Amino acid sequence: MALADPTRRRVFEELRRGPRSVGKIAARMPVSRPAVSQHLAVLKKAGLVGDRALGTRRVYYIDPKGLAAIRIWLDQFWDEALSAFQSEVEEGGVVE
Amino acid sequence: MIKIAPVRKQITVKADQSRAFVVFTAKMSRWWPATHSILKSPLKECIVEPRAGGRWYSVGEDGSSCQTGYVIEWRPPERLVLAWQINPQWQYDPELVTEVEVNFIAESADTTRVELEHRYLERMGDKAADARNAVDSPRGWGLILESFRVAVEEQSQT
Repeated sequence: MALADPTRRRVFEELRRGPRSVGKIAARMPVSRPAVSQHLAVLKKAGLVGDRALGTRRVYYIDPKGLAAIRIWLDQFWDEALSAFQSEVEEGGVVE
Repeated sequence: MIKIAPVRKQITVKADQSRAFVVFTAKMSRWWPATHSILKSPLKECIVEPRAGGRWYSVGEDGSSCQTGYVIEWRPPERLVLAWQINPQWQYDPELVTEVEVNFIAESADTTRVELEHRYLERMGDKAADARNAVDSPRGWGLILESFRVAVEEQSQT
């Protein structure tokens, strides 16, 4: 799992403050820049993080479509399911 | 620690606690949204085996079946905890365990409040990228998500 590693979680959490370059993240952590890059690559592959060029640098940011999308979908799914459940409980036949 | 907020829902039904529990579990086939079956054939049954450790699975018209998860806690008529093991690619994944806790609270002799919490959604995190690439599958998460996005946006325009 992409977020199972504590250092990787730290990297992800740094991005909650806004888009950051590798160097800026590494400066706040007791790990090397290559290590941060590696963690970012895993997070990017997992769809949690995106990156874009900003001048000569590359900045990373939390991809809002990753985790957030899952939650939006499930939220709607359970609305639909519970509404169908309610109809069945109230209008359905005898329960043996 | 990274977390996404659990999905929390509640609904009040005109039924006693025991009936609410039975319909939720033993009669799940009658209300489970059929459009969300992960089977290739139409959904015929949705089964929750009535015990801790019991399987939670779907059976299609053609007899094929697919597991959704399993029963973590079975405490009729007031509480049920299910493991939801469907990943965002809409496939059963035995390594993924998210929890769906359902409490049935008797508000009166014939009214029950059902509280549902689907939690540990962050465990789906590293499946999300693949999910977004699944749009070309007719049963894929991406397509379903897209239709919901359209629905949400239509709602917010009214």
